[in-house]
Amino acid sequence: MNITVTVNGAEHTADVEPRLLLVDFIRTNLGLTGTHIGCDTTSCGVCTVLVDGTPMKTCTMFAVQANGRSMVTVEGLKQNGELSAIQDAFREHHGLQCGFCTPAMMLVGTALIEENPDPTEDDIRWAISGNLCRCTGYVNIVKSIEAAAETTREGASS
Amino acid sequence: MYPSKFNYLAPESLEEALAVLAERGDEVKILAGGQSLIPMMKLRFAEPSTLLDINRIPGLDGLNRSNGTLSLGSLVRHNDVVKSDTAQANHTVASAAPWIADPIVRNLGTVVGSLAHHDPEGDWASVMLACGAELVLSSSTGERVVDIEDFLVDMFTTSCQPNEMVTEVRVTAHTASGGGNYQKLERKVGDYATVGVATSLELDDNGDITSAGIALTSVYPRNLKVVEAEQALVGHAPSDDLFAEAGRIASEACDPASDIRGSATYKRHIVDVFTRRGLAKSLGIAQGGQS
Repeated sequence: MNITVTVNGAEHTADVEPRLLLVDFIRTNLGLTGTHIGCDTTSCGVCTVLVDGTPMKTCTMFAVQANGRSMVTVEGLKQNGELSAIQDAFREHHGLQCGFCTPAMMLVGTALIEENPDPTEDDIRWAISGNLCRCTGYVNIVKSIEAAAETTREGASS
Repeated sequence: MYPSKFNYLAPESLEEALAVLAERGDEVKILAGGQSLIPMMKLRFAEPSTLLDINRIPGLDGLNRSNGTLSLGSLVRHNDVVKSDTAQANHTVASAAPWIADPIVRNLGTVVGSLAHHDPEGDWASVMLACGAELVLSSSTGERVVDIEDFLVDMFTTSCQPNEMVTEVRVTAHTASGGGNYQKLERKVGDYATVGVATSLELDDNGDITSAGIALTSVYPRNLKVVEAEQALVGHAPSDDLFAEAGRIASEACDPASDIRGSATYKRHIVDVFTRRGLAKSLGIAQGGQS
């Protein structure tokens, strides 16, 4: 089946088998390997991308479902060659250890800040509760998202 | 893990979708959120030859309140309920939504899909049993309305026929003197309930209970509506003693299995505590106090 999707602003058309998982389309067909495969059972959240701005687990979606939709992966976070606020905050606050959960954590954080520019710690912990960090680095992940929210607010008010 | 091969159809009208079901419904699985169906397909427990994706059909995402009824269309996501002021019309529904799966799964998974899938440990069926919900089943020849108790036949089995699709679930909105609640114990976000208890109450002008709903999750081979506990409440003034009686009846009616989530004795105790606690919270809302 022919599908057309927009990923990180670029349009891609491909002929795919209906059972092709969206995560494999992103990684294999598009070569965007920042989106990871972890549990393959909708539990760990490392395959999360933003579909029309909403976080979705791409191991539990078929590529054909994304036909006509617009997605952002971790590769699409940087703006004009600069790290985005959330990427910068994860670097600054050591929001990653092994880095495996990081792309999804940053995307979920980005969606949260978009919806709620001033999230509490509880809001953040709630938002990332579908994403596992096997390093258990949650404290710094939460700090990073808090900091990114603050930077984003300052950027919006200046 | 990969599913078996299937044909993929994504109709853009309900008529078109129902025509496919009329023609070869027994080969078809309907894809709404897919958060239960796709894992089942990946494990090859489900091997439909045709996947009917209803996500491109307009008008199925309605979440509306009218004439004292809250209705949720096939494409209402769990998170639509979490974020909706309208959904607050039924307190049991509103309080259950944030406890379904995890925040990302809630962005895709649907309430109706969950009911149609009928996992015997699903949360929504208990909510709907406690609230006396109805489901609208549509086919190319018309539609019929089925009570939740008649809809839920057995685990992973409903009375929805191969030529039919569930297009809506309807629950009565709570009145100003009604309240409801869902209590869920889970080991971690996204896990099945260790124990879930759905409650719903309506009071009359004297403050006596006129209707009561109690249903349990994960402590019986399927979702269990505890009619005897409901009947024990109706016609009486609410009190701690009365709720304790309901809790006792519920804990005796259930039949939990000892498993990785806890012993049967432990789960039975939680049913007792959650029934009392859920009823107290429902009462608080019904009396206009704290929820």
